Amino acid sequence: MKARIKFRKYGVLRFIGHLDVMRFFQKLMRRADIPIAFTGGYSPHMIMSFASPLGIGLTSDGEYLDIELTAPVDSREAVRRMNEECVEGIEVLSIRQIPDEKKTTGMTILAAADYLISVKNGSLPENWKNEFADFMTQKEIRVIKQTKRSEREVDIRPLIYRWKIQGESIWLQLAAGSVDNLKPDLVMETFLSVCAIPKDSVSFAYHRLEMYADTGEAGKRNLVSLESLGQEISM
Amino acid sequence: MRKLALSDEILLNIEKPARYIGGEVNSVMKDKDKVDVRFAMCFPDVYEIGMSHLGIQILYDMFNRREDTWCERVYSPWTDLDKVMRDQKIPLFALESQDPVKKFDFLGITIQFEMCYTNILQILELSHIPLHAAERTDADPVVIGGGPCSYNPEPLADFFDIFYIGEGETVYDELLDAYKEWKGSGKNRKEFLERAAEIEGLYVPQFYDAAYKEDGTLLSFTPNNAHAPARVKKQAVMEVTDSPYPMKPVVPFIKATQDRVVLEIQRGCIRGCRFCQAGMIYRPTRERNVETLKEYARAMLKNTGHEEISLSSLSSSDYSELKELVTFLIDEFKDKGINISLPSLRIDAFSLDVMSRVQDIRKSSLTFAPEAGSQRMRNVINKGLTEEDILEGAGQAFDGGWSKVKLYFMLGLPTETEVDMREIARLSDRVARRYYEIPKEQRNGKCQITASSSFFVPKPFTPFQWASMFSAEEYTRRASIVKEEFQAQLNRKSLKYNWHDAQTTVLEGVMARGDRRVGKVIEEAYRLGCLFDSWTECFHNELWMQAFENTGVDIDFYNLRQRGADELFPWDFIDIGVSRKFLYREWEKAIQGEVTPNCRMQCSGCGAASFGGGVCYEGKN
Repeated sequence: MKARIKFRKYGVLRFIGHLDVMRFFQKLMRRADIPIAFTGGYSPHMIMSFASPLGIGLTSDGEYLDIELTAPVDSREAVRRMNEECVEGIEVLSIRQIPDEKKTTGMTILAAADYLISVKNGSLPENWKNEFADFMTQKEIRVIKQTKRSEREVDIRPLIYRWKIQGESIWLQLAAGSVDNLKPDLVMETFLSVCAIPKDSVSFAYHRLEMYADTGEAGKRNLVSLESLGQEISM
Repeated sequence: MRKLALSDEILLNIEKPARYIGGEVNSVMKDKDKVDVRFAMCFPDVYEIGMSHLGIQILYDMFNRREDTWCERVYSPWTDLDKVMRDQKIPLFALESQDPVKKFDFLGITIQFEMCYTNILQILELSHIPLHAAERTDADPVVIGGGPCSYNPEPLADFFDIFYIGEGETVYDELLDAYKEWKGSGKNRKEFLERAAEIEGLYVPQFYDAAYKEDGTLLSFTPNNAHAPARVKKQAVMEVTDSPYPMKPVVPFIKATQDRVVLEIQRGCIRGCRFCQAGMIYRPTRERNVETLKEYARAMLKNTGHEEISLSSLSSSDYSELKELVTFLIDEFKDKGINISLPSLRIDAFSLDVMSRVQDIRKSSLTFAPEAGSQRMRNVINKGLTEEDILEGAGQAFDGGWSKVKLYFMLGLPTETEVDMREIARLSDRVARRYYEIPKEQRNGKCQITASSSFFVPKPFTPFQWASMFSAEEYTRRASIVKEEFQAQLNRKSLKYNWHDAQTTVLEGVMARGDRRVGKVIEEAYRLGCLFDSWTECFHNELWMQAFENTGVDIDFYNLRQRGADELFPWDFIDIGVSRKFLYREWEKAIQGEVTPNCRMQCSGCGAASFGGGVCYEGKN
């Protein structure tokens, strides 16, 4: 059976990269005695996939990984066991059963993610809230997107689904996943350059809040959290 | 939440910030106000190397079992962070508390290999601790060294307050207790060091004077303080099974070189290879109880979540309960996706059977360490491995489906002739020939024989401590003879030959058998910018040569000179249990090409029986 784990990543563990988070969870499964399934062959590995890697320096309240279990576990009990074996910086929030079909893994169905962005060092100009609102009311925001192989100009405005100013922070809902993917730092970099704010005058802390799948039909978006697609397991 | 010593800006702009943040699974946090002794334990290399070291994990666990002590870890900042710390005057810190090392009571540094000596100076300088023990005050931590290189601590004598000679399990408690007593007593630093010098196994370099003859050799080495003994006795823990072992080793976030559970099955080695320092200084051989090891394996795998377990010893095949232990590990853990890694095994029917069960034959390679190409040379070094053993073992392996073999050799051994050098290539070729004896349709494509040679460095407390070395040019010449011979072999397309760098060999030679006067070369090299000398990309031979020139220290005196039978060595004040008489007898037998049986076949009276246990007393109760 398949299960989805939701976890938080906070504090000093923001300096641990994605591959090391994977290694951490592989070892955590063993320490917490989670009956996880393995692939076959001479070097079997755990069946485990992460919805979306989180970059070094970012924190998150909504990270996901899907695993395959060889036997059911009680959700509350499993969360307790995993947290007992965790370290400061990672907290397991839930483990839920998800449907067995292949196309339901977090990685495949991921459609959007929420971010909270706040100033870490330096400061923004006093009227930044107005400037940000103006920036967002543009019809299109064209940027040069660099990939390993090529450079191309894209319009990122349609990939910003929702936004708001929340106190002194910025809340963004951005496209995520294999089709369209927008990183929050690209939005902020573009904002700085459009408003001619010097790059080194301010730096931001990026915090991921949640990840979503899209269950909408006929081009109408209906975002639901990856967690809500699973069911608590009780034994 | 823990506060880090380094800012986000620094951490996000250096390689692998996880090296510096601590907080790993099983790392130990304590309240610093509730402990009496704070011990910073340092491995002077980068985190991934240092975290792979078993000895530190043992001591870390042992110290932290004491309620009054908090032991934390320190590693060398990589060159990127080194620069930032110097520019911004950030003091070096320990990983757990992130507090400056300077605030600690002790800074313990394990000294595992000669090419880390400049890193030791980096640790001291970044910690803002004076490099010279003589310049330290009560405000500085006590700097204590240990590990294999402390069996000749003299090149580092100026930089350390104390050296711990031998295995850490025996007298550290006594030292920490003495420290606590001293701390509240109002006595000065020197008085503490005098107390430490009275503890068996501890060497306080400033309490000894070295005098030299006109020819540069040592004239005398004598205590200048009544508290310091004339001879310092190596420490060995005799009840290895009952000694502390970490059931919860620290699990790094980033991949360390050893990313696995390590089970130390025994200490010491019965073999008596004449080049091997570990084989002499860890005598007598002592085995851990197999039932205890099984419990350890279970507990450590559970507590770390590691997916691999490895056995550690100098020669696993000599562990008397090996079959029992390995069978247990396979039966118990193989189905749980745990890899079992078995280094330093002699290749025979048993080990091949075991290996075929734990690894993919097509991908894995088998390793032999003949150490020398000719039988004559193997007799000189007392390596009890015959050509027949090698070809037989390789043959069985090839028949079993393996096609990759690694062979390890040494070049520049005492009495080596050109024939001995060329035999390295010829032996490798004979191994390949054995492979091609298998009918074509039954074999698995071509075989791959990879031979590697390092240059031999004579080490203190070995029969070869009297031997002379060669110049870097001569080493390179010898390697090129071997290379040329490889190209002349029938199966040259299946053979590959690598050799170790000759320049670091020369430096290792000077450090290994150096005296107190070598300290100033290390300091000068460090001042000139040498750091991480064991990392090819960081090693600058020209700076080292400049350091020798600036200080007037002569490499040839340490490396090229044949030492006389009666020469007083800088390390002779250490008593390792194995007698100098035995070592000299072995040196003479080596020259004659005579072999000495291993400890289980026959006792050769080396002197280690004075420890009252281990293999010397096997079956005698």
